[in-house]
Amino acid sequence: MLDIEAAKLAIQKSKTKEVVDFAKDMERDHEAVNKQALDLVKKLKVKPEDNATSQALTKAAKEERAKLAKLEGTAFDKAYIENEVAYHKQVNGALETLLIPSANNAELKSLLETGLKIFQGHEQHAEHVAGTLK
Amino acid sequence: MRAGALSVLGSLTLALVAPPALAATIEVTIDRLVYSPASVEAKVGDTIEWVNKDVIAHTATVKGGWEVMIPPKSKGRITLKQAGAVDYFCRFHPNMKGHLNVAP
Ligand SMILES: [Cu+2]
Repeated sequence: MLDIEAAKLAIQKSKTKEVVDFAKDMERDHEAVNKQALDLVKKLKVKPEDNATSQALTKAAKEERAKLAKLEGTAFDKAYIENEVAYHKQVNGALETLLIPSANNAELKSLLETGLKIFQGHEQHAEHVAGTLK
Repeated sequence: MRAGALSVLGSLTLALVAPPALAATIEVTIDRLVYSPASVEAKVGDTIEWVNKDVIAHTATVKGGWEVMIPPKSKGRITLKQAGAVDYFCRFHPNMKGHLNVAP
């Protein structure tokens, strides 16, 4: 959810087309993935647990967003995109090493595996945008 | 002789109006961020149709060339105009890669 908030901030603040387009892609994809995750949670009648990993990710994202809110122009663009690269790396690491191996439901595992591919794509996309900002 | 000439003329006419090899539509499925088949053999005039089974949008993008948008749970298509081999990828998820071999 925090990634969507960061995207909304970028759509609002950035004047760089590449950055705004990227943020719109993030907003759209993350909303779609979140919706699938919530649908599955409902279907499986499980309660999403707040664990140490998700807490750490949420805390880092909140701090990052507070920092971003204070920046403008090129400084904002660079910080937002660098943060997106770092954030997706972190999420992908958590998916690969922790969340996917510990998923014991086939549907959940498949959703997480697809999520990993999507976020690996976002990481590469963010790296590409970062390259255009230099 | 007359009948022979006519039948020769007839078959010649048929040969001249016979349509060239029909253009085909080749389907490429996108499922969980994978183009399948990843590599396609086609010819100029054929249409490639991407069928997106995912809930997120993808593209088929040729660097410095064309781009097809493929919305979620939807289709995108392009008719091939140029011969040659091209690599394409998804602009939103550059880890998705495909290839087209287009014969003249
Ligand atoms: Cu894609």
